[in-house]
Amino acid sequence: MPRRNDIKSVLIIGAGPIVIGQACEFDYSGAQACQALKEEGLRVILVNSNPATIMTDPVMADATYIEPINWRMVEKIIAKEKPDAILPTMGGQTALNCALDLNRHGVLEKYNVELIGANCEAIDKAEDRELFDQAMQKIGLETPQHGIAHNMEQAYEALEKVGFPCIIRPSFTMGGTGGGIAYNKEEFDEVCQRGLALSPTSELLIDESLIGWKEYELEVVRDKNDNCIIVCAIENFDAMGVHTGDSITVAPAQTLTDKEYQILRNASLAVLREIGVETGGSNVQFGISPENGRLVIIEMNPRVSRSSALASKATGFPIARVAAKLAIGFTLDELRNEITGGATPASFEPSIDYVVTKIPRFTFEKFPEANDRLTTQMKSVGEVMAIGRTFQESLNKALRGLEVGMCGFDPVLNLKLSDAKAILTRELTEPGAERIWYVADAFRAGWPLDTVHDLTGIDNWFLVQIEDLIKDEKMLAEKTLQDIDKDMMRKLKRKGFSDKRMSQILEVPELSVQHKRHELGVRPVYKRVDTCAAEFVSSTAYMYSTYEEECEAAPSDRDKIMVLGGGPNRIGQGIEFDYCCVHAALAMREDGYETIMVNCNPETVSTDYNISDRLYFEPLTFEDVIEVVQLEKPKGVIVQFGGQTPLNLVKRLEEAGVPVIGTSPDAIDRAEDRERFQQLIEKLGLKQPPNSTVRSVEESIEAAQKITYPLVVRPSYVLGGRAMEIVYNEEELDRYMHDAVKVSNESPVLLDYFLSAAIEIDVDLVCDGEQVVVGAIMQHIEQAGIHSGDSACSLPPYNLPMDVQDEIRKQVSALALELGVIGLMNTQLAYQDGKIYIIEVNPRASRTVPFVSKCIGRSLAKVAARCMVGTTLKEQGFTKEIIPKTFAVKEAIFPFNKFPGVDPILGPEMKSTGEVMGVGVTFAEAYAKAQMGAGETFEIKGNAFLSVRDADKPHIAEVAEKLLGLGYSIVATHGTAAVIEEAGLEVMGVNKVAEGRPHIVDMLKNDEIQLIVNTTEGKQAISDSSIIRRTALLHDVFCTTTVAGALAVCEALAFGGNMSVYTIQDLHAALN
Amino acid sequence: MAGSAVLALEDGSLFTGVAIGAQGSSSGEVVFNTSMSGYQEILTDPSYAKQIVTLTYPHIGNTGTNEEDNESKQVWASGLVIRDLPLLASNWRNEQSLDEFLQARNVIAIAEIDTRRLTRLLRDKGALNGCLLSGAALEAGGEAEALRLAKEFPGLKGMDLAREVSVKDSYTWQGGVWDLESGYKVESDNRFKVVAYDFGVKNNILRMLVDRDCEVTVVPAETPAAEVLAMKPHGIFLSNGPGDPEPCDYAIEAIAEFLKQGIPLFGICLGCQLMALACGAKTVKMSLGHHGANHPVQNLKDGTVLITSQNHGFAVDETTLPENLAATHKSLFDGSLQGIERTDIPAFGFQGHPEASPGPHDVAPLFDHFIDLMANQS
Repeated sequence: MPRRNDIKSVLIIGAGPIVIGQACEFDYSGAQACQALKEEGLRVILVNSNPATIMTDPVMADATYIEPINWRMVEKIIAKEKPDAILPTMGGQTALNCALDLNRHGVLEKYNVELIGANCEAIDKAEDRELFDQAMQKIGLETPQHGIAHNMEQAYEALEKVGFPCIIRPSFTMGGTGGGIAYNKEEFDEVCQRGLALSPTSELLIDESLIGWKEYELEVVRDKNDNCIIVCAIENFDAMGVHTGDSITVAPAQTLTDKEYQILRNASLAVLREIGVETGGSNVQFGISPENGRLVIIEMNPRVSRSSALASKATGFPIARVAAKLAIGFTLDELRNEITGGATPASFEPSIDYVVTKIPRFTFEKFPEANDRLTTQMKSVGEVMAIGRTFQESLNKALRGLEVGMCGFDPVLNLKLSDAKAILTRELTEPGAERIWYVADAFRAGWPLDTVHDLTGIDNWFLVQIEDLIKDEKMLAEKTLQDIDKDMMRKLKRKGFSDKRMSQILEVPELSVQHKRHELGVRPVYKRVDTCAAEFVSSTAYMYSTYEEECEAAPSDRDKIMVLGGGPNRIGQGIEFDYCCVHAALAMREDGYETIMVNCNPETVSTDYNISDRLYFEPLTFEDVIEVVQLEKPKGVIVQFGGQTPLNLVKRLEEAGVPVIGTSPDAIDRAEDRERFQQLIEKLGLKQPPNSTVRSVEESIEAAQKITYPLVVRPSYVLGGRAMEIVYNEEELDRYMHDAVKVSNESPVLLDYFLSAAIEIDVDLVCDGEQVVVGAIMQHIEQAGIHSGDSACSLPPYNLPMDVQDEIRKQVSALALELGVIGLMNTQLAYQDGKIYIIEVNPRASRTVPFVSKCIGRSLAKVAARCMVGTTLKEQGFTKEIIPKTFAVKEAIFPFNKFPGVDPILGPEMKSTGEVMGVGVTFAEAYAKAQMGAGETFEIKGNAFLSVRDADKPHIAEVAEKLLGLGYSIVATHGTAAVIEEAGLEVMGVNKVAEGRPHIVDMLKNDEIQLIVNTTEGKQAISDSSIIRRTALLHDVFCTTTVAGALAVCEALAFGGNMSVYTIQDLHAALN
Repeated sequence: MAGSAVLALEDGSLFTGVAIGAQGSSSGEVVFNTSMSGYQEILTDPSYAKQIVTLTYPHIGNTGTNEEDNESKQVWASGLVIRDLPLLASNWRNEQSLDEFLQARNVIAIAEIDTRRLTRLLRDKGALNGCLLSGAALEAGGEAEALRLAKEFPGLKGMDLAREVSVKDSYTWQGGVWDLESGYKVESDNRFKVVAYDFGVKNNILRMLVDRDCEVTVVPAETPAAEVLAMKPHGIFLSNGPGDPEPCDYAIEAIAEFLKQGIPLFGICLGCQLMALACGAKTVKMSLGHHGANHPVQNLKDGTVLITSQNHGFAVDETTLPENLAATHKSLFDGSLQGIERTDIPAFGFQGHPEASPGPHDVAPLFDHFIDLMANQS
């Protein structure tokens, strides 16, 4: 029974911007779904506001709408495209919620569109806690004791039932946003109130605490004939109490007997059947008592998820692809698994002969005020996955693949501290991002297994293996490198010890360990991920390293290009770089090279099986990369697309004789080394803000006096503006220097004069060494001083004079040619008082490359990759900048709602996790859509609150006038109000918080403020006003922290809600 | 510190690892199983008699062992080959670590070898004879001795193992299937009298019959038909078991008699093959056997897919099925025959393991079908 004939066109809803809890795994699943449906001859229509995705590439769908994902916009698309069906199960919670809204507002009925994959009833049953609970009772499965509350009174009733500690979760929020664990009444009140405000249905589920229970997830696939398979069972290393997205997880399940596992399997199938997930993938989460095996169902997701992406990569079974085929009527028996070259059927439950470990990656360092303890609300921004033949090996590989400066179980605590015991106890019982290292430290301190188990709830099966690794470290510490024989080397490598960790313990250089290891003939072999544990012959080209006897890599003698990926997602390095890696691999394959991808991020498209010819799922460390290089002997290795991760390896790879292609490491150094960069600027007669490079506090104070304040300060060689700040006086600089020198180790600190109120510009270009073609000039909405990744930007510029743009073109071209760039280059510039300043040059892929590519209809990453292998721009037929006539605005998305207490102010350190794009005939339309895509809602009535720093006061009357024109009344702090009054405009004064009550925060809490413009500078002023922005966030009031942003918002509001929807294909056609 | 052990294969391949379990020498046919769970059930499955079993999942022994998970009274496998024996067993039902379990039952085993290399070898060459050597035996004879013993092992071809593993005297089985809360149930309504031929029966088969209100009498493999018929059973069950079905002429003869009588008949694995032979079909040795708990099988009547536990190196040749024997199931992996049914009388068989243990429970309804056949007769 092949696919349904009544479906000719399908609308796929994407997941929108990358946020915590919803990352690039939905690009991976969405891209698979697009391909799976397209190859069946269906017309695929796609909506996704995220331009950095592979799925929004024009070839992926027939009609691609990079438009906001809400029911109103999607209705416009449905009205235009008249799809037969909507597939809502590929775009996470965003897509499911949008589908439910479309149904609620009668859109599905009006246009006679069917939901495939999961219908509204099933989604409701799975998502609505009350309905879910009833459904589980019906099939005899237990759910945790709980109550449901819509107000505080009901919350207290529920508390009676469940007692302390209890787990509070708001309904219909992604990643468990707003949830938490309460041990006392104070915490209970706080979490409940926050949860009620955040839940779109004002609903809380208050659960009995299962802290310390074992947690499992099963990934299930079902077809319309009720055939079900389990793709993967995942066991959480961290016990219940930590969100599964924040837990270290392991596949397959380790500590269940067959009888217990089959209970889970049967229960999962029963859950899918009862919820009514007709086709596709779902995941079911269980808690199991370690005492007696009592089983409770935690939740189920009737869609593909982060876990299903992990399960796909862990097993070699493409869940999303299969789920998409099932949604249009295929059954499991009709499909083969493409990853194994069809050697295994899609109905086969994968059997694996290795251990997979996933470790989440956190970025608490970006949000110092945030609560950094792990709870039931997800806080991680990325993850690493590693494959090994044993848990120890895969765990060690994952630890070093995480790129948090660890190469294994590096000590994190000085055990000689007097309060070491107290710190360890806290870190073990209240887990933070580094708990696993504290576990190792506890063993280092000689704590017994049972103590560590009691404090952490982590199963002894896992703990004893960490204890064993620490014993090995102690043994090794007694030895010298010469003592190590082949047996010992092999034994340690089989447990996953990195050369680097061994070198630290032996106190020798890493290369000495590598040398010794090679001398002893201890080299990794590569095994294949084939879904069947080698039971059958398959042609899978998906590999991982291990220390065993037989190597299955069988490298070919073709010309190969290797692409190094970006590793785990983090703020500043995410999907945009993966996008570039994917394009590079695709371009090289199109040009006849064998392509090899090395990466360790399970969420990504780059680690999908059909992106490259061979995939090595390996940590991106020198050791792991060099071993693959020496085995495969590629003709060229591309490092400039994966962000800072591969660039950090360049020097050592070059020294080891690896053929790195593209811009030379020397050119990269010339751009990144401040002193050499200054010489370059001078040589070309360009301008940069007065600046200096300093190596001590004293040096910095001296230099600052010459440059004058304010200053932008930052450590060298960082991405995402890590630890970048603006300082306004010597005191602030002094404080910064003490912090910054810590973060940057021996690296110097850079001081730049801060060009306040300048217009910031980003330029992406591509160069073949002879010729330069500008990809695009982008004008930032927020003025200089806001990290470029956090700033909204317009392509083309919306009010930058043409002659200035031409001058910018000239300058960046000169820079690229002088540096000898081969590939991509990104330049950040500032324009102030008729002068152009070069702020920064990065001869590599930038975060804006996918956005630019979507706007100009050419893949810059592909063009650049071809330049690297020697195909000139002329040969590629790309010789002229393409300037769109329509506008596109990119807006950044922030995770502030996950971190209550954090000031949502923008600054030079990047804080955004993702981006959306809005397209319009005018800038106003594009900006309005970008804001809508970012989830901002504007009520054009009531009060707009203005409070600005002195530097912005000359411009605030203009903002006030526009807001009044739109229909707002103006409320302002006294200083700002005076300026507005002077301009003859009506304004009401209000107290700052320090000025007595009632003050602005009172007004916010009373919902008397509908829009906020709040600009501020200086550490103290920022901290004083932070309560305003935090309260605004809690009350969901739009808040802009720049005047430029305020003016842009006024334009967007003036445009109103009457937007049109455009396909990317039509926009690209109009460019020619 | 554990001593070393070697696994030698008849083709000359050698694997050196660490000795676990008992030490000494053991020869057998080396096979593998890809099930990620259920090592205790596999070790105690009589179908593994005279076989050294390699488990492809690297960590074996994670959950220890317990009384409840035995599939028979003893370990039948001649040896165990694994990648890693965990440092400790962790499970609330654990009673004895795998290492102790093996030692107590005198099972020789080896760890720390590249089991994937071994599996690929066995996959490409088919099951090979081999020898496990450790302890004093290894010290005395060395690798050469292991190789010699591997080559000396006669192999299972034509070996009638069912006779060897079968019970010597008949008995009545007690006890239903396992349940998380109550363990094994004991009560049964005894609605149907079933005689189960033991060619190497797994306990879970008997439990599933008892669960469905059967009074189960287990009889030795060579029990003549007349003796069974004298018990006036409602139905006859033919168990799984080790080895080649063709030499089991005594069983084939008895089954032919039952078929003639039209008594409801249900065969699993070897039992299914014996039934096919009794119907006049042929069996063949497969080039690639099935050895896992993840195999999709399609029900040819309604098209549904069932995930099944499989462990067989022989199969019924579909092209030789007589007219009154229909194919009911086929493998979605290689299309091989997985289920048969007589069109004229209430008799059927299944190649995989509906009793699971280890493995998914998807095919359990075949036991209900057997009950239905018996209910229809009476």
